[in-house]
Amino acid sequence: MRVALFLTCVNDTLYPDTGRAVVKLLTRLGVEVDFPAAQTCCGQAHYNTGYRHQAEPLARHFSDVFGTDAYDAIVTPSGSCGAMVRELYPRMGERARAEGRGDGLARRLAPVVAKTYELTEFLVDVLGVTDVGAYYPHKVTYHPTCHGLRSLGLGERPLRLLRAVKGLELVSLPGAEECCGFGGTFAVKNSDVSAAMGADKVRHAESTGADVLCAADNSCLMHIGGTMTRLRTAVRPVHLAEILASTEEEPLS
Amino acid sequence: MSGGAFVGMPAFPPFPRAAHEAVRNTTLRANLRHATHTIRDKRARAVAELDDWAELREAGKRIKDETLRHLDRYLEQLEESVVRAGGTVHWAADAAEANRIVTELVRATGETEVVKVKSMATQEIGLNEALEAEGIHAYETDLAELIVQLGKDRPSHILVPAIHRNRGEIRDIFREEMGAWGRPAPDGLTDTPAELADAARLHLREKFLRAKVGVSGANFMVAETGTLVVVESEGNGRMCLTLPETLISVVGIEKVVPTWRDLEVFLQTLPRSSTAERMNPYTSMWTGTSDAQTADGPRAFHLVLLDNGRTDTLADEVGRQALRCIRCSACLNVCPVYERAGGHAYGSVYPGPIGAILSPQLRGTGSEIDASLPYASSLCGACYEVCPVAIDIPEVLVHLRERVVQGGEVTRRGVKVTLKPARGHAAERAAMRAAGFVFARPGALRLGQRLASRTRRFHPRTLPGPGRAWSAARDLPKVPAEPFRDWWERTRGGAAQGSGRQEVSGK
Ligand code: SF4
Repeated sequence: MRVALFLTCVNDTLYPDTGRAVVKLLTRLGVEVDFPAAQTCCGQAHYNTGYRHQAEPLARHFSDVFGTDAYDAIVTPSGSCGAMVRELYPRMGERARAEGRGDGLARRLAPVVAKTYELTEFLVDVLGVTDVGAYYPHKVTYHPTCHGLRSLGLGERPLRLLRAVKGLELVSLPGAEECCGFGGTFAVKNSDVSAAMGADKVRHAESTGADVLCAADNSCLMHIGGTMTRLRTAVRPVHLAEILASTEEEPLS
Repeated sequence: MSGGAFVGMPAFPPFPRAAHEAVRNTTLRANLRHATHTIRDKRARAVAELDDWAELREAGKRIKDETLRHLDRYLEQLEESVVRAGGTVHWAADAAEANRIVTELVRATGETEVVKVKSMATQEIGLNEALEAEGIHAYETDLAELIVQLGKDRPSHILVPAIHRNRGEIRDIFREEMGAWGRPAPDGLTDTPAELADAARLHLREKFLRAKVGVSGANFMVAETGTLVVVESEGNGRMCLTLPETLISVVGIEKVVPTWRDLEVFLQTLPRSSTAERMNPYTSMWTGTSDAQTADGPRAFHLVLLDNGRTDTLADEVGRQALRCIRCSACLNVCPVYERAGGHAYGSVYPGPIGAILSPQLRGTGSEIDASLPYASSLCGACYEVCPVAIDIPEVLVHLRERVVQGGEVTRRGVKVTLKPARGHAAERAAMRAAGFVFARPGALRLGQRLASRTRRFHPRTLPGPGRAWSAARDLPKVPAEPFRDWWERTRGGAAQGSGRQEVSGK
């Protein structure tokens, strides 16, 4: 099994630890991982801010980089970028068709739509594992990010993976399904509401007594984490991949 | 393009500015949080009771889509049916025309007072204000509408227009204002729900018994029979629909359904979605004046069919799904933005997620508020999940953002026009273009990343200028020593991770 790591531009630039964790985890599970160096950005920010036409070249570039037969699957540690490819690339294709530009875009994007998986989907559905041999002796609460929860329907997958981690105490997060308030450019355009949502999320995380708030999307964690340090909260944000990569021999520092 | 179709509407500030105030109002936040969370939990339970909810939702969506596809045909059929049943049908292209028609109809009766059933359409057109300007007093009879009217306030929720008020505030409004409108509040009125309801009942009773003209909207209109349906839970609607001699109903053209049988779906989904009730308490149905000789009910019935931007909305392939809305308000009750910004920030009688996609379509995106509404969402998708007619609100929001930043072809008053991109997005457009340039070139991306890593010791955790919108409440992430791609290139990733490798069988 050979997979392409679609790390996302945010992780590549700001959260390389998450990328290293995915490589470590998948390699441990016997998967051959490649990082196609030509990858950049899936175009989600452009699309969601109203620049669909500027997102199209990025989607085409994505498809050129990842759409080869050399990979059995494309794996990403981001619910929202995974949803961009799986849910919104087909929609971009449809819109292009509706605008009288033919089937070209839809056909070009189809190969990547079919084999893109968010990390927890890949682990549970494709590899069929829930116990990945991880060790993480901390009290953890899990925040399901919106696109993972509602667009991809990740459901119980992340929780099943967390429950199988040795040493980990999982505590449930009140109001877990409420959005953290990130929402891409929403965080800047409607910063007051976004900050209020973030503060409520952090307050809920704090109320659980957990040391760590875990999620499977660093964009949301950037917003939540930035709110946490500003509010001087004891809880730390950690990406799910980093918890799953941590073992007794090589614990996450 | 201006919001001129909505008469009597002041210019509203853009959403972020209005929300800025609301977020800081702790009483409002507490009232809204309490109310929306209570109803949202109840709705979830009421919906979970039905194992065919998904099918009902799909059926509701299909019925509405089929109707919208042949709207002209169904409206003509409706008109025939209503006329056959003794009613009169009027067509209003916009708010001003609808208000003029209703004013003339009331004048013709010689009355100067009307009682009203809660109706979104009449609020949308500002009917009460238009009637008042002509010396006709309109009395709202729904409890929450009464509170809003007495408090000279604006509604902030579709179903619970006074959701932003708590009991203490309502008691004060009743004590201070009821006397000026009719029967005053009883002495020593407290803020217990029973006493407040009783005060409203006594105050309203005298209006019901005196009124000769009733004004309503409708939740549904059945094309095959000409039957109108009002769904309410206080019984005030029943009074307004049966006691007056003349009934005038103002209804948006998208409220038509083809057959009586279609109601089967909506009378299940609407109550559960809006009030979390299994069955709606007062469902009033009337068909023209056909039974006026033998039964109670108005002797004269007028139906005013309101367009006011609806056919323009229908012309938009993506946006038209907003016309499926049955005004249940479930999307408001689950919306984290609505909960914190409050209904008034949406600058329209349609607040919350549905308002954010409806107002910029009905009114156009020309005003500050309407151009800002498509951004009043984190795209979390909670609204889509609960919507009983499966309106993909996030999809329409993104579509409308595109219209704002890019302009393009839209239909206004039946004519295709090309919009210019909205002002105020130049910097963003440039940034998106620059990002597009970098992302098309992995080399340029790497250069930027390396530059950021090298200068990382000098990065602040807060930003000046426009970046302050981020860093006013959040620290910036620390830039790592090297981006992932450099690490990968240096170590070849896999080579560094070779230890402890095991094959997963069968894969
Ligand atoms: S958009 Fe859907 S959820 Fe919102 S009020 Fe309309 S029908 Fe209800």
